[in-house]
Amino acid sequence: MNRKKLQKLTDSLTKNCKHFNKFEVKCLLNLFYNLVGDVTEWQSVVVGLDRNAFRNILHVTFGMTDDMIMDRVFRGFDKDNDGCITVSEWVHGLSVFLRGTLEEKMKYCFDVFDLNGDGFVSKEEIFHMLKNSLLKQPSEEDPDEGVKDLVEITLKKMDHDHDGKLSFADYEQAVREETLLLEAFGPCLPDPKSQKEFEAQVFKDPNEFNEV
Amino acid sequence: MGAALTRSAQWTAAGHGARALETTPLNEAILKEIIVFVESSIYKHPQEANYVFVEPLEWKTNLDPSAFGSGYVVSETTVKSEEADKNGQPLLFLSVPQIKIRSFGQLSRVLYIAKNTKLKEAQACIEANRNPIAKILGLDYNMINEINEDSSVLTILDKITKDDDPESEIKMKIALLLKQLDLHLLNRSLKNISLEIRLNPGTVKNDIELLKRFSGKGEQTALESIEYTSDYEFSNGCRAPPWRQIQGEICYVLVKPHDAETLCITCSKEGVFLNGGKTDDEGEINYERKGEIYKDLVTLLREKSAIFSENMSQQEVRFNEEQQKEKDQPNEAPEEEAATLHKASTAFRRSALEKKQVSLGRSQMTKRLEPSLNWKTTVDARENKSSLRDTQEEKHGGRLEKSRPSTSPGRAQLIRKSAEKIEEIISESSSESEEDEEPPDHLQESNADLPSEYWQIQKLVKYLKGGNQTATAIALCSMKDFNLAQETCQLAIRDVGGLEVLINLLETDEVKCQIGSLKILKEISHNPQIRRHIVDLGGLPAMLNILDSPHKSLKCLAAETIANVAKFKRAWRAVRRHGGITKLVALLDWRQHSTEAARRSLYEARDGEVARCGALALWSCSKSYANKEAIRRAGGIPLLARLLKTSQESTLIPVVGTLQECASQENYRAAIKAEGIIENLVKNLSSGNEHLQECCAMAICQCAEDEETRDLVRLRGGLKPLASLLSNTDNKQRLAAVTGAIWKCSISKENVTKLREYKAIEALVGLLTDQPEEVLVNAVGALGECCREPEGRVTVRKRGGVQPLVDLLVSTNRALLVNVTKAVGACAVEPESMMMLERWFVPLLVVWSLLSIY
Repeated sequence: MNRKKLQKLTDSLTKNCKHFNKFEVKCLLNLFYNLVGDVTEWQSVVVGLDRNAFRNILHVTFGMTDDMIMDRVFRGFDKDNDGCITVSEWVHGLSVFLRGTLEEKMKYCFDVFDLNGDGFVSKEEIFHMLKNSLLKQPSEEDPDEGVKDLVEITLKKMDHDHDGKLSFADYEQAVREETLLLEAFGPCLPDPKSQKEFEAQVFKDPNEFNEV
Repeated sequence: MGAALTRSAQWTAAGHGARALETTPLNEAILKEIIVFVESSIYKHPQEANYVFVEPLEWKTNLDPSAFGSGYVVSETTVKSEEADKNGQPLLFLSVPQIKIRSFGQLSRVLYIAKNTKLKEAQACIEANRNPIAKILGLDYNMINEINEDSSVLTILDKITKDDDPESEIKMKIALLLKQLDLHLLNRSLKNISLEIRLNPGTVKNDIELLKRFSGKGEQTALESIEYTSDYEFSNGCRAPPWRQIQGEICYVLVKPHDAETLCITCSKEGVFLNGGKTDDEGEINYERKGEIYKDLVTLLREKSAIFSENMSQQEVRFNEEQQKEKDQPNEAPEEEAATLHKASTAFRRSALEKKQVSLGRSQMTKRLEPSLNWKTTVDARENKSSLRDTQEEKHGGRLEKSRPSTSPGRAQLIRKSAEKIEEIISESSSESEEDEEPPDHLQESNADLPSEYWQIQKLVKYLKGGNQTATAIALCSMKDFNLAQETCQLAIRDVGGLEVLINLLETDEVKCQIGSLKILKEISHNPQIRRHIVDLGGLPAMLNILDSPHKSLKCLAAETIANVAKFKRAWRAVRRHGGITKLVALLDWRQHSTEAARRSLYEARDGEVARCGALALWSCSKSYANKEAIRRAGGIPLLARLLKTSQESTLIPVVGTLQECASQENYRAAIKAEGIIENLVKNLSSGNEHLQECCAMAICQCAEDEETRDLVRLRGGLKPLASLLSNTDNKQRLAAVTGAIWKCSISKENVTKLREYKAIEALVGLLTDQPEEVLVNAVGALGECCREPEGRVTVRKRGGVQPLVDLLVSTNRALLVNVTKAVGACAVEPESMMMLERWFVPLLVVWSLLSIY
């Protein structure tokens, strides 16, 4: 195992990352290579977590369940859009994911909710994200009525310029007024409990991944 | 028809023995409808008419056996029908005077035979068979009807599919027919009731008397004034001149709302309307109608004055409070009953509301319906059960004994059910009477049409119930946008079951939902009724658990909400019993928290904020003696003392407030002295915040009972700021606190000397006029202490303090009088003052007579 290279990588990542110290970055690197598993390959080929592996982590470690949101979280991590999360994307992504400031998290969440990436969260996108959020009432004529109403409520609350879709400015203003709206359309950040557990596990136990 | 019979029919008021139907037009109408139904059953529903009842309907008839003709076997005292059931039992059996009938067919024939006495027979039948449906269809059908009124049809249909007994199908048809009849009867009676809404002099008078109680100057009142135009009341209760009484007019009132011109209103039997007003010259009234007719005075005023309708809703609370107080008085027997009734009537009204029955003229309707309520609630159920049986046995000389076992289950069940209902009501009211300070439940009875917020909130609560965390969070945020300070919204949340959901959310481990829910609870818990509900629903333990959460902002919200909720006895007890005091005291330990690694998180608040909220909650809780003790035992005093050193006013106020509240206890005062709290109190007297100054002055006032403390106040330089605060007389509450502190401090002679230096005596003399009583009591008390020394007396005299002191002798406030007499007595030692006093020799006599009293 190329200790020197790892050391260098750790240093460079630490420099670019404001929320983790060197030790923490090292722990994250260890975890990453442990997850990727294939040690022999990582020098030659682009190594990273693919969509499924990453979704598995989100599901098991952070208790996320919504497939669509998880996909979007993956896209959020995968900055270069190559379908695989490299080690630097991993560290940067987690930096926002775990320790991000409100500003960073707003940006991240908005990107997650902006399903088609056009810079706006449209009514249709909101509907799409909320459609499973209510218990279906079989007695109602239109089972989606509640969801539609919920969409109207969120738009009324967040769409400050009344153009029927949420721009980042709309979203930012609403979140600053009420932090609860940060994850308005689905949980895309770790809940505090699993975040704590994750950090406790990864950062407090440096020896566990040493064999990598 | 069960519902119609219990709800609308007017039974004679509570009493012993079998109840009778009153002979009122309404009852008559109901009976007629039933008769028409039974009579028509033969040809309208021939199949059903042949159905054999599970149990016979039996009653005492006036019919003579000879009246029965063909189709019957008639003997001298008995009649049997030829028509018989499967087992050969006759469907009609008359054994004078008892008659038993087992089918609709026979019923209608009997009615036919009865001819003119139809109505009497039907009445006797209904009276003797209070629950006909149970007898006709058997108990289980009755249960369906009783329990599940709204979904009964569904349940019945459900049953039909399971049950393949051919008879059950016909039963079902009958059940449906009866249900239809029931609905028809209810509608019918409603029509009757609504026709009868007319005003009479009594109700008008009551309305006006009530409004008078809520009128006067000031912000809180509903009206500025309300007066009759004429003082003379005719013997029939009218005040209108006789020639106008013919038109149905009862009286005329002049009403001055806060936000409108004086209204001249005619109250007539048809309703209430604006008239042409009073002509200036002769005081004559222009009787002509100028406006729309309203159903009563309150409705009219609501329409005309926004302030009235707003204040009225608050007054209702207060009015109920008064009623509550009355109830708490010792001679409880009748009042208790009245309260139960009141309770029951609100409960009834609510159920009426929930079922969304027609809400026209609700107040009148309930008035009309009261007789039936009497029947439901005033009788002690068990007694009723036994007495009913006893008296009936007496009446029928035990003849009925045979049939009793067969009829009693149905009745017993009915009674047991109502017994449960009554017990529920009684226990509720008894638990309420413990807490004297809480008003009972009240519904916004007057606004029959619910505001749009109500429906929106109902919808949001539905989403809260049936949504995942995302939907819940959105619904919570949206609900928070309503004006939660408004009573309509607060009560709407309660009425649609929102409180239960919000408290439920507290018990999840979803931080966002907890935060959202607490944010709402915090706002709406300003309402006393909501507080009580939150405590009833076990909200306090849930919030206390949240205090253990690692999230500071969550802790803050929980503590703040507790501070709002814990405003009455039962809440204080709940907080203590669930170990809340210890948890709240732990919040004060801000140093402990500050050692934790400062971790950035979305839901974090500052440490000082946690301490502030903890102190707020303790402040609320510290009104109870046991809680004061608990705070001390939990080590609260040193923590409070430490918090006093901060410079944050928002934290200081609740901290000082708690201390001031607790300083009524001897051991607290000792601890306060020992912890060096006085110094900080003195320091904060000079802060810029009036509320803080007031709390500090109050605390000093409480503590200065102790001599050492008084010295401490002086040594720490507390007298100067106190004296200087006397010059600002705008904030009366603060002034009362400051004068109180000065009074207690002036018990020490050294303090008096200092106070003289700071010209406090002059300032106190200046406060002897135009101040509220609580200021006067303290100021006079302080002067009394100061006048024990010659210099003080001279100052008082020179400043012209003797005259206002003597003037105050006519006051009626006991505490004030005690202090005034003391002060005057002290002044009288001075010969010159004595000379002045002699000028008011008569008042002096008053002094002596008062002195002899005390």
